[in-house]
Amino acid sequence: MLPPAARLAARRLLGICSSSASEAAVSRLAPFPIAAASARGPVSSARPFSTALNYHIDSPENKPDMKWEFSEANMKKVKDILSHYPSNYKQSGIIPLLDLAQQQHGGWVPVAAMDAIAKIVEVAPIRVYEVATFYTMFNRTKVGKYHLLVCGTTPCMIRGSREIEDTLLEHLGVKRNEVTSDGLFSVGEMECMGCCVNAPMIAVADYSKGSEGYTYNYYEDLTPKRVIEIVEMLRRGETPPRGTQHPERKNSGPAGGNTTLHGEPKPPPCRDLDAC
Amino acid sequence: MAFLARALRQSNSRLSSRCPAVAASCRWISPTAAAGSPEAGAAVAPADPEMPPPREPVGGARVELPPNPEDALEVFVDGHTVRIPKGFTVLQACEVAGVDIPRFCYHSRLSIAGNCRMCLVEVEKSPKPVASCAMPALPGMKIKTNTPVAKKAREGVMEFLLMNHPLDCPICDQGGECDLQDQSMAFGADRGRFTEMKRSVVDKNLGPLVKTVMTRCIQCTRCVRFATEVAGVQDLGMLGRGSGEEIGTYVEKLMTSELSGNVIDICPVGALTSKPFAFKARNWELKGTETIDVTDAVGSNIRVDSRGPEVMRIVPRINEDINEEWISDKTRFCYDGLKRQRLNDPMIRGPDGRFKAVTWRDALTVVAEVLHQVKPEEITGVAGKLSDAESMMALKDFVNRMGSDKVLCEGNGPNPPADLRSNYLMNTGIAGLEKADVFLLVGTQPRVEAAMVNARIQKTVRATQAKVGYIGPPADFNYDHEHLGTGPQTLVEIAEGQHPFCSALQSAKNPVIIAGAGLFEREDQDALFSRIETIAKKFNVTRPDWNGLNVLLLHAAQAAALDLGLVANPAESIKSAKFLYLMGADDISLDKLPEDAFVVYQGHHGDKAVYRANVILPSSAFSEKEGTYENTEGCTQWTIPAVPTVGDARDDWKIIRALSEVAGAQLPYNSLSAVRDRISTVAPNLLHVDERELPTISSEVKPPAKQQMSSAPFKTVVENFYMTDAITRASKIMAQCSATLLKK
Repeated sequence: MLPPAARLAARRLLGICSSSASEAAVSRLAPFPIAAASARGPVSSARPFSTALNYHIDSPENKPDMKWEFSEANMKKVKDILSHYPSNYKQSGIIPLLDLAQQQHGGWVPVAAMDAIAKIVEVAPIRVYEVATFYTMFNRTKVGKYHLLVCGTTPCMIRGSREIEDTLLEHLGVKRNEVTSDGLFSVGEMECMGCCVNAPMIAVADYSKGSEGYTYNYYEDLTPKRVIEIVEMLRRGETPPRGTQHPERKNSGPAGGNTTLHGEPKPPPCRDLDAC
Repeated sequence: MAFLARALRQSNSRLSSRCPAVAASCRWISPTAAAGSPEAGAAVAPADPEMPPPREPVGGARVELPPNPEDALEVFVDGHTVRIPKGFTVLQACEVAGVDIPRFCYHSRLSIAGNCRMCLVEVEKSPKPVASCAMPALPGMKIKTNTPVAKKAREGVMEFLLMNHPLDCPICDQGGECDLQDQSMAFGADRGRFTEMKRSVVDKNLGPLVKTVMTRCIQCTRCVRFATEVAGVQDLGMLGRGSGEEIGTYVEKLMTSELSGNVIDICPVGALTSKPFAFKARNWELKGTETIDVTDAVGSNIRVDSRGPEVMRIVPRINEDINEEWISDKTRFCYDGLKRQRLNDPMIRGPDGRFKAVTWRDALTVVAEVLHQVKPEEITGVAGKLSDAESMMALKDFVNRMGSDKVLCEGNGPNPPADLRSNYLMNTGIAGLEKADVFLLVGTQPRVEAAMVNARIQKTVRATQAKVGYIGPPADFNYDHEHLGTGPQTLVEIAEGQHPFCSALQSAKNPVIIAGAGLFEREDQDALFSRIETIAKKFNVTRPDWNGLNVLLLHAAQAAALDLGLVANPAESIKSAKFLYLMGADDISLDKLPEDAFVVYQGHHGDKAVYRANVILPSSAFSEKEGTYENTEGCTQWTIPAVPTVGDARDDWKIIRALSEVAGAQLPYNSLSAVRDRISTVAPNLLHVDERELPTISSEVKPPAKQQMSSAPFKTVVENFYMTDAITRASKIMAQCSATLLKK
């Protein structure tokens, strides 16, 4: 869970907004209702990151002695990736290869895939495990075909990301990092993805079409209602429009069009160097 | 007025009382004021009362400055000038200056990680404290190790380290020899400010030797680096990130290295401790005895830690020429074999086939009686693989006095090349292997035969990408190697220059050939060794400045036995023996021994040969006696008794001396020094302790071999690394290791 200081900060900010600022300012700051951060119940005991555990536990779909190899099409990509690095530094390709393996294997990398990569880049398997456990974007346990990642960093949290996550979990009937029974969805948390201006947001990693049709889209300016709509569209196989979900906003511009910068911006005033 | 006068007087007295102090402090703080006078020359500065005198280097380390003065540089540590070679780190410079820098992750034999931050020091003109272990020393650097900045930095690091470290020192086996415990006494706060929950980490199963309590781990990664760089087994890694970071193997896996026990020593906290030693003793209760190991022919330097009559554990000692500071798992954990299956009374097998304990007098009388009933040529003496030189000398003298020349040492084969020392020693030396650039291993698997020699080869291969060619049965290696072939045929191909590996040998500057002592057991060993010498000559392996032709011996007794001339043919001697004297020899084949032969077993363990023995004479083990051993590179070393011997056992040479008196052929020595005087007439090199006596005559004077070489492939000599002699076979820990760690 997030440190208590952040929650405290959120509460403070809310207090400031409701008491001192004018109604108009509040409505501009917060076009959607914001859930009080303190309203959130006890956090589930699951680890907050996509990594489940830092060690492997055998399961029917994830065993070290399973056979795993890159598909024919991906093998070409592997060669292309490795061609970017000197032949004596093949291990530089571990991260792109893990990413490729994750796309091919439906959003997660089994141990067998890590072993296969270790063989390709000619290092001991533990060196690949180290990388895969370090980066939280490599999932080492099963995820859904649509892996929904809710941003949990302070700006999104202040703008209600906790509620977005709670809505998602409730709607899908899962816990964090758990896969729905139909294998379609899983919800995880991520740290700042750089969309603070359109907070709150989720990222959807779409593994339903393999590594060819793999997409990784942001859905921003969410409301609990809208996020359910997005999930339902995904379930139907549709592609919701990516980016901001606010009807009046375009990309990260303000609602209802620009309020400033209407014309060509003036160039900055320059000193007349000759006059000095 | 009176008031004013009083006030003035008061202030005056205050002034006068303060002034001398100010003057004194001026003298103390700024000695330069005095040095400024023209008479005070440069001699004033060292006599400065504020500056502590320069200290000796840490651990008495000597620094060899390079011959070229340009390769040395000068730095200032706490104001003292230190000259160090180029490429030294700040931490090493401080050590030369005699300042011990606290550290956790830095280890002189491993690569630098720089992640514990404990070694922070202040460097003048550097905006932040500097991690001294990773910072190269630059000329003129002014390093300050005892300033408030450095101290505060270390205190801060210590507080962070202790944040997640459990407060379980009273139940931690590292207590008393824990780096974190010691350094927290110096830099730790008296109270903690941390109020959150401490993290906890799942313990890992690394096998029967290393116990893990991973919550205590401070992520110094010494064990990861050791496994990768020294053991050559990439099992361990750093998994996860941030506060979830932990050391582990990810997929559950035992640590299969034969050097795994060393992670216990290098772990600065109690995360990795010895499983067999767990909760057995505290280190301050133990008496350390600096002795050597006899479980292989390397003669690793060890310290036997004992409490009362019991050996509690074995830890390595530093010897740069032999084992650096590592020892193999067999050396470290064989000690519980010293407490099991011991023979503690002289025993005679009765007519019912059972042993009966008797007195020494009775036992020796019986042996002497039988000895006089057999013909002199039917007497055979066999020294075991753990025998010391003194007892082998006594055995040889005794058997010779009884009129027989059939004395041998097990493992030396039918016709050992005992005439020239260079034919059975590691002539390059163990440390000398680091200079080699191509290795040719013939019929030897150093990983199981001599783990410390293998560690040197691994170190060399890792450092210089040296090539390794191997001829022998398929075997496990922990470094890159080429498997050239399985038998003598490959040797012929190389000797004739037809093998692809010849080009590597040809281009090598310092090629090394290592032949295993397992070849001694072959009938065609003369032909094999002459072929190896042909290869050596062809590829310039032996030159006046480099002798790369080596034999890797298997047993601790082997080199001394060959020096002393225990070289009888085992098959013939056993076949014709009516009186067989086994001095700790368990691995010699007794199949051909006549049914009616009388067997005396003198030894410390009830092992294989006891089943055939008629009389048992108990002797003391290597940890209980003073004995001379020569290792595979020809370095003579002594064992020192660490614990009293068990029961009624005696030193080997004393038993033989006593028996010789009862048998009426008294040996002319009554003390250990007298035995050594006798040794000095046979092999004077065995008296030069801790010295390597180099062979003087080269192998060129050897007559050409007339034998035919057989085409039988080389055999695996050591089947089970963990059980090679009577002590290790009696050890429960070694039995667990063989059961869990050996590949099926």
